[in-house]
Amino acid sequence: MQQRTCLVALLVVALSLQASLAEWSYQTSWFEKAREDKVARGTVWPKPLSATTGTGTPARFSLDPGKFKLVADSSSAAGTDKECKEIVDHALSRYADLLFWIPEDERVSVSGDETVDQLVVTVTSPCSRYPSRDMDESYAISVGYDGATLRAPTAWGALRGLETFSQLLYEDNGKHVIDRVTISDSPRFTHRGIMVDTARHFIPLPYILQNLDAMAYNKMNVFHWHMVDDQSFPFQSTTFPDLSGKGAYTRKHVYTHDDVSKVIEFARLRGIRVIPEFDSPGHMMSWGQGHPDLLTRCSPTDFQPDIYYLGPANPAREETYTFMQSLFQEIREVFADECFHVGGDEVRFQCWMSNEEVQQFMRQEGFPNTTEGFANLQGHYIKRILDILHQIPQRTRGIVWQEVFDTASIANDLTDLSLDTIVHVWEWNDTRFQGEPFKEELAKVTRAGYNAILSSCYYLNYISYGRDWPQYYDCDPQDFQGTRQQKDLVLGGEACLWGEWVDSTNFVPRMWPRASAVAERLWSPQSVTDSAAASPRMEEHRCRMVRRGIPAQPQGPSYCKYEWNIQGDLPNYRPVITSSGPRVAAAGLLHSVVLSVLVLAAAKLWA
Amino acid sequence: MKLSVFCLLVALVCQRAFADWVRQPFWYDDARRDKVAKGTVWPQPRSIQTTQQSLSLNPDSFSFSTSDDASSNANCKDVLDPAIERYRDLLFWIPAGERVSVSGDRVLGGLRVTISGGTCSEYPTLDSDESYTLEVPASGDATLRAQTAWGALRGLETFSQLVYEVDGKHKLNVTTISDEPRFRHRGVMLDTARHFLNVPYIKQNLDAIAYNKMNVFHWHIVDDQSFPFQSATYPDLSGKGAYTQDNVYTRQDVLDVIEYARMRGIRVIPEFDSPGHMQSWGQGYPELLTSCSPTNVQADIYHLGPANVARNSTYDFMQNLFTEIRDIFADDYLHLGGDEVHFQCWMSNAEIQDFMRQQGFPNTTQGFAQLEGYYIKRLLDIVEGLSVAPKRSRGIVWQEIFDNNILSGDFTVDLDTIIHVWQWNNSNFQGIPYWDELPLVTGAGYQAILSSCWYLNFISYGRDWPEYYACDPHNFTGTPQQKQLVIGGEAPLWAEWVDATNHVARMWPRASAVAERLWSPQSVTDSAAASPRMEEQRCRMVRRGIRAQPQGPSYCKYEWNLAGQAGNYVPTASGARGITGYAQQLLLSLFSCLVLTFGLS
Repeated sequence: MQQRTCLVALLVVALSLQASLAEWSYQTSWFEKAREDKVARGTVWPKPLSATTGTGTPARFSLDPGKFKLVADSSSAAGTDKECKEIVDHALSRYADLLFWIPEDERVSVSGDETVDQLVVTVTSPCSRYPSRDMDESYAISVGYDGATLRAPTAWGALRGLETFSQLLYEDNGKHVIDRVTISDSPRFTHRGIMVDTARHFIPLPYILQNLDAMAYNKMNVFHWHMVDDQSFPFQSTTFPDLSGKGAYTRKHVYTHDDVSKVIEFARLRGIRVIPEFDSPGHMMSWGQGHPDLLTRCSPTDFQPDIYYLGPANPAREETYTFMQSLFQEIREVFADECFHVGGDEVRFQCWMSNEEVQQFMRQEGFPNTTEGFANLQGHYIKRILDILHQIPQRTRGIVWQEVFDTASIANDLTDLSLDTIVHVWEWNDTRFQGEPFKEELAKVTRAGYNAILSSCYYLNYISYGRDWPQYYDCDPQDFQGTRQQKDLVLGGEACLWGEWVDSTNFVPRMWPRASAVAERLWSPQSVTDSAAASPRMEEHRCRMVRRGIPAQPQGPSYCKYEWNIQGDLPNYRPVITSSGPRVAAAGLLHSVVLSVLVLAAAKLWA
Repeated sequence: MKLSVFCLLVALVCQRAFADWVRQPFWYDDARRDKVAKGTVWPQPRSIQTTQQSLSLNPDSFSFSTSDDASSNANCKDVLDPAIERYRDLLFWIPAGERVSVSGDRVLGGLRVTISGGTCSEYPTLDSDESYTLEVPASGDATLRAQTAWGALRGLETFSQLVYEVDGKHKLNVTTISDEPRFRHRGVMLDTARHFLNVPYIKQNLDAIAYNKMNVFHWHIVDDQSFPFQSATYPDLSGKGAYTQDNVYTRQDVLDVIEYARMRGIRVIPEFDSPGHMQSWGQGYPELLTSCSPTNVQADIYHLGPANVARNSTYDFMQNLFTEIRDIFADDYLHLGGDEVHFQCWMSNAEIQDFMRQQGFPNTTQGFAQLEGYYIKRLLDIVEGLSVAPKRSRGIVWQEIFDNNILSGDFTVDLDTIIHVWQWNNSNFQGIPYWDELPLVTGAGYQAILSSCWYLNFISYGRDWPEYYACDPHNFTGTPQQKQLVIGGEAPLWAEWVDATNHVARMWPRASAVAERLWSPQSVTDSAAASPRMEEQRCRMVRRGIRAQPQGPSYCKYEWNLAGQAGNYVPTASGARGITGYAQQLLLSLFSCLVLTFGLS
């Protein structure tokens, strides 16, 4: 009897449980459940070095958008140091916008909840004006009963911390909430970059700025601007106007000094270095349109198609180096960063081989007419280019593609390649091209004592069907045979999106969130390697980017609560620029000029 | 007063000199001149005679006129008048400030549109006549003649594509064109279930479809992942099956899309795929689906399988739903799906097993093929029953339905049904090659649509449109009668990896390759020769507000968002231009007027 009662009771309980379960699933849309597993709300990308969920009560706080304040600790460098203050103040106003996204009419009052009412940002030491190779990006965040704090040694660390804080917020039934947490974070690598190619297709300025915002959302810190190449020369040089005057696609497809300054300022405020690349002695077709004497004339009999009648830079002429000296001087004055990428990849020796002047020069220099001799010649050219960098008044450090190291190894045992040169490793031996497997190359480069940057496994221009970000995620820049010292010489990596197949129509969605995989690889501890475990954070991050106006492409069937342009308004993007931002200022100026003229005219009419 | 005249002169001279300087050719123009064929038509017309003699167009005075027969028929007028308004906008793109006067040039004054058939259908159909002739004579107005409004739309598109830009002027050459499509069914398939795609993007695609003379929008509206169609009969379908209640298409949304498409001569064919791919239906109506016995079947999420084909209630449900669908969608055809049904779940369900015994279907693959055939036949009967004379409702099905017929030896599916061939055997998919499937389908007397070689969701590095271009729906062994049964093709963009962020750029101009294959004569096959026209077509689309992706290093004069304004796209009744440009222009001209009038007097 007792047993039977028990059984009936169990059945009743089971039934009522089922009923409440059904009720629950009625409330939420069916796919929510699948999504709950897939999306990790309020998680941080890239994953911080250390994050501890607080154990006190409450475990969670609400934020009141009307009340919450981001404040700089005015007694710290964030208030007392001019450079710190400028960067932090701009950042605070950007993040004040990014922090809350629930539309006002859908917000639920937080009265009665435990709340966090401010985040106090403290910077503990003076700041540099520009981000640099050795900047400190570490920070610590605490969200607890006594409020929220962000402490960083520099403004750059404060920027990274603000990004993290903004990512900790999540949405719960119409409220912005945050968990009690302590975070201590710093990047694994100092060089975490994106390479954008603006020569194969011109990328209009707004998209470059949009991409810089996306980089900041991913804590990346280097914008490698592959600005010019065979196809076009969009940089408007004041020293040599014919470079873009004749080498740009059209006169509208150019970047003026002013444009470049805007980009650099926009990047600076986000803690991003802008490193220009002016690739030589190969990839210079567009230079030759305005300055044909700069390039080697290939003898067509020895050489391939007509269009390549001009080959690499002419290394035999002194004028070539004078030209480069003047141009580099101008570039270095425009660009703030210490590093300057001088290229050096894919030089075709056949053209040099076919040119009498070059042959004569080689004999004179004692370079044999062999591959080794041409390696000598390229080594000679690059040495002079690097010497030019060293002669520039501003301290300048060269970055070169790996061929420069490879040819220097062949030619002169690296005696000509200055040790402060950073070697950019890009070749890979997959189906697409044959070259040194990057692991061996990294071992060689670092064994010789050079700093290295890895891009081989982060070529985002290569696309394939399906979810490809785990392959970028799996590739580790320190995954090679070498000593601890050698590993330390690897500064980081860069995701490259070569521009043959992208322009402003598809550039941003192809970059993001694939580059986010690289961002986490370069920021988070080496032990963070499980892409399946990272996936729910990746989903959250991609939807967060979409919500913030970055059209990051999807990674499998899903939806974002704030879908791209879900309301059917314009899919437009306005980069977040705070009051003193350059574009707004310019527009404002135009506006006021027009207005005052109108007023004057009206006054005149009246009179 | 003298001073102001002087200043005006100086300004004009300066502007002239500046314009000259800007117009000097750039080095890359040489390379581009080979790459871009200005003022060429995509897809290539059946017959085109063009001359070197060019005429200028005056944007301020160019006129469209319609013949009496075109303007007296209400249906014709209903489509033609808005189209003329759209093309009036699309015809001229050089910013007003950069235009050069055409006075002194030989000018084409206008275009006269004649619809000689005199009657037009309200909606485009599979049998619509899309032929037209276009005459741009050395003197007098140009004439466009068509049998229907649909042909007139195609002709207007062609006319707009003939116009090119030279030295700040809109020009076109003396040309004679006689054109009609090779295939009647030229479609694009959008999947709005794997990712929701909101109405503005669907409309943007419809514009692009029209720019490529395609005529079918196959709307794969629901699938396992979500059910965005808001049904009035069964509100829980989207109420519980949509991703969220923002991710839905209301009846009004659908009607908007259909109307937008109709105005562009595009048929909208909805697909409500069954009996497989119905997970999202089961969220609101679990009894509709077969309960799989978990011991026999894979993951938990598939505890519900294909439609429960053993229950009469399933057919009642479909009858009611399709009655609603039929009421909304105007086209004669409904796509019923029928692909990728997993038989294991049916196999695991006792009710189904009972039903099969009762029907005499064996418990083998053949038996399950018969079972699916039974279901589809009943569904096709339902659809046929929804016919409203004189039109008939008919079905399109994926190739599995036909393959099941072969398997079961039971060709009971109505011969009016169109078979949609999609399988291929490549690295992405193992299946029957289409050149083996098409002879079987057409051999059995069915009409066929091809998609196998046009799966735009599969992507790879580099220029891939030539592979779509190279695929011909008649590339199979068969009699002329069999070839005729192939009515066209569709480029599907399955949406696992695309949503509003990247959808349009991935679709275009890759779908343009399919558009030319389906419109132009079979002899037009050389993708290298087509390349300069393709470049022109892609830049033209970008200029018109379609973010078509690039096809190798290049530039467009009117780059996507080159001027740095918002990357906006506003599908409007009259075109695709943002208002910022106009506002700016207005402000600038107001400004200069005031300065000239008051400042200098």
